Amino acid sequence: MLRRPVLAGLLLACASFTVQAEWAVNMRPGVTDISQSVFDLHMIIFWICVAIGVVVFGVMFWSMLIHRRSSGQQPAHFHESTSVEVLWTVLPLVILLAMAVPATKTLIEIYDTSEADLDIQITGYQWKWQYKYLGEDVAFFSNLSTPSTQIHNQDDKGEHYLLEVDEPLVIPAGKKVRFLITAADVIHAWWVPDLAVKKDAIPGFINESWTKVDKPGIYRGQCAELCGKDHGFMPIVVDVKTPEDYAAWLAEKKAAAAAQRELTSKNWTLDELMARGEKAYQSNCAACHQASGEGMPPVFPALKGSAIATGPIDGHLDIVFNGKPGTAMAAYGKQLSEVDIAAIITYERNAWGNALGDMLTPQDVVKYKQAQE
Amino acid sequence: MSAAIDSHAHAGHDHHHGPAKGLMRWVLTTNHKDIGSMYLWFSFIMFLVGGSMAMVIRAELFQPGLQIVQPEFFNQMTTMHGLIMVFGAVMPAFVGLANWMIPLMIGAPDMALPRMNNFSFWLLPAAFGILLSTLFTEAGGPNFGWTFYAPLSTTYAPESVTFFIFGVHLMGVSSIMGAINVIATILNLRAPGMTLMKMPLFVWTWLITAFLLIAVMPVLAGCVTMMLMDIHFGTSFFNAAGGGDPVLFQHVFWFFGHPEVYIMILPAFGAVSAIIPAFARKPLFGYTSMVYATASIAFLSFIVWAHHMFTVGIPLTGELFFMYATMLIAVPTGVKVFNWVTTMWRGSMTFETPMLFAVAFVILFTIGGFSGLMLAIAPADFQYHDTYFVVAHFHYVLVPGAIFGIFASAYFWLPKWTGHMYDETLGKTHFWMSFIGMNLAFFPMHFVGLAGMPRRIPDYNLQFADFNMISSMGAFMFGATQLLFLFIVIKCIRGGKKAEAKPWDGAEGLEWSVPSPAPYHTFSTPPEVK
Repeated sequence: MLRRPVLAGLLLACASFTVQAEWAVNMRPGVTDISQSVFDLHMIIFWICVAIGVVVFGVMFWSMLIHRRSSGQQPAHFHESTSVEVLWTVLPLVILLAMAVPATKTLIEIYDTSEADLDIQITGYQWKWQYKYLGEDVAFFSNLSTPSTQIHNQDDKGEHYLLEVDEPLVIPAGKKVRFLITAADVIHAWWVPDLAVKKDAIPGFINESWTKVDKPGIYRGQCAELCGKDHGFMPIVVDVKTPEDYAAWLAEKKAAAAAQRELTSKNWTLDELMARGEKAYQSNCAACHQASGEGMPPVFPALKGSAIATGPIDGHLDIVFNGKPGTAMAAYGKQLSEVDIAAIITYERNAWGNALGDMLTPQDVVKYKQAQE
Repeated sequence: MSAAIDSHAHAGHDHHHGPAKGLMRWVLTTNHKDIGSMYLWFSFIMFLVGGSMAMVIRAELFQPGLQIVQPEFFNQMTTMHGLIMVFGAVMPAFVGLANWMIPLMIGAPDMALPRMNNFSFWLLPAAFGILLSTLFTEAGGPNFGWTFYAPLSTTYAPESVTFFIFGVHLMGVSSIMGAINVIATILNLRAPGMTLMKMPLFVWTWLITAFLLIAVMPVLAGCVTMMLMDIHFGTSFFNAAGGGDPVLFQHVFWFFGHPEVYIMILPAFGAVSAIIPAFARKPLFGYTSMVYATASIAFLSFIVWAHHMFTVGIPLTGELFFMYATMLIAVPTGVKVFNWVTTMWRGSMTFETPMLFAVAFVILFTIGGFSGLMLAIAPADFQYHDTYFVVAHFHYVLVPGAIFGIFASAYFWLPKWTGHMYDETLGKTHFWMSFIGMNLAFFPMHFVGLAGMPRRIPDYNLQFADFNMISSMGAFMFGATQLLFLFIVIKCIRGGKKAEAKPWDGAEGLEWSVPSPAPYHTFSTPPEVK
């Protein structure tokens, strides 16, 4: 009775072995000059290690095979030799010096962030990335788009499982793009292996890095610094477009930003705000407070029936806008549009049985913002 | 000669100075052998506790998707696994070996400060009791990684972080006292004629380790105290919003953390330097250069800390300095490896369990050293940093490095401790199972790391699935095998072939001049070393 599921399981495991067999065992050379130099350095130092290993382990295994008591060996008595010891101190030193030269050269290139064609500010948040195109009035968040049903094994996992986002970073091919990397809460690290760019995103610091990709395409990476609960769930996707496609994309984003401003002055109904709020809540709040509004006490409090979400609307706006210092609750006033803040608050006050029936309009948020400044 | 002295001690007053009866023997003991045994048992228990957490981690990573634990708990497991293995398993095991062996090796009657010795042991159960209790708090235990980077460990930490801080303080006090004791013992209680350059290498490496401990444990204490201030007293050492500096945390932490990794490996170097000559039946090659290499490694360990921080954005000149300094460590480390291999060369080798572990130590530690050298190359480190390649690297230096060093020592000196030979067949089984399991678990991590899998994630893309499954199977094998070690040790304590005073014909040193098991009091009159 038991045997059959076990056998089926084994077969399944074998099948998945062959289906998924990619067996990537090495670093990727990537798609930039820098990533190629880094890959070359990696291979040089790797082969140096292999060569040393072959010699050292070769001598060792030879010795273990031959110099055994069971084969009648008498132990020798030597226990020092200045010349040999000097030799094996100096020789590694020379090898290392030879290695340091190309490493230094590549490092200097990586650090040359001057004369960029384009500046993008990257801000790490728990647990998403914000991309701001400096001087272009374009900014957006990039969230994981893998459905939670796949994560919880209710659906088949796709090819880009955990490496897909709702809105990728878009950059033009053939242009030197400078990244200004920082964080809003804890330390994150922005890493795309194919670009050989990995830089920590640290609150209070702006780190610089750059890339120049010639080949249009989609390149994927992940947050590399432990940043809390969903550290494994904040991927990075870079979409490199031809300069023409990039220009078209940028124009579209700018038009969308203008439309967004119009939305702020529009007169919203409760139902419209609820519908928008539900979506915005899912992508910004649900990671901690959960889709059900029940949170994950005691770290992430419930909103369902909470004192704040069912109390005076000003207090509710204050905590969403300014966050709660000393906790994971971020200041969303800096992250979200007036429309989304209004929609989220309205949603939280009218969802999961929080039936207050009141609403906050985007104009209210604008007024609040002005009062704060 | 020393046998004569011992028989005098036996005839003299052994009856009055035997161990006390019952539980109070262990609570109140000031005897270095009792305290050494307690350290070793404590460390083995912690090894099993920390190992169980590793099993949880590997079980979750067995397949992509979330199956067994949620990310919050996964992070607590990685954090506690690291903390317990570093501070609870490896460090106390070496202190246990030091307690047992240093007085026997230098011909001293006991450690120089026996009451402090008792206190520094008993702080440990308190420290780990506090640390483990956090797992039962409502918000869970520490979940910010064993490196506890601020502000994840301060502003964003669960409330139990305060318990963690006090736990670390107690461990630090214990380590510092242990280190003071080792230094006082080695510098003051050596038998007449035992000059510094005649000391066994285990004693030398421990002397240097003890100085490292005294230098860096206060830095760790300062680091967690600043966290405590930030969390409870409104300071902003590490809080950018208050004018503080999250990167300062990393500088302070790694100024402790890098010497710490040598604290965990230098005593193993010393033990292996005793074991390889014993089973090659040939004196250690290059004793003097071994001592100088150890000292150089210790010195260099203070000026390489920022190689853990190549991606935080330190200036180019800093990056270059730390890259060069780190590469330099390969030189003295290489000297040690070459010396061990040359010690084996033209020896007359046999491969009992201690030798198997020692040889595996040399090979696998060298592999860990190679990946360390690769990590030193700063531009390449941008691709390796915080990936499974790093996890593979430090497990290669810690598991077949530190832990195989401890196993080798345990099998080597078990006859001295218990008076019985361990079961050689079981010992060899333990070795081969550990060797295979450990390589299955950690070698594939190089591959997934290079292919782009970050560390400390509970779930991963399908391309990493196969190697992760292999890693997990290897880890389960390695974990289960350690229960066999427990069985072997218990069996050896309870009986077995009677061990002679010197059960290994090639072994050298004063510890083999006393009977097996070593009497409760040894070297009450110091032996003469020529």
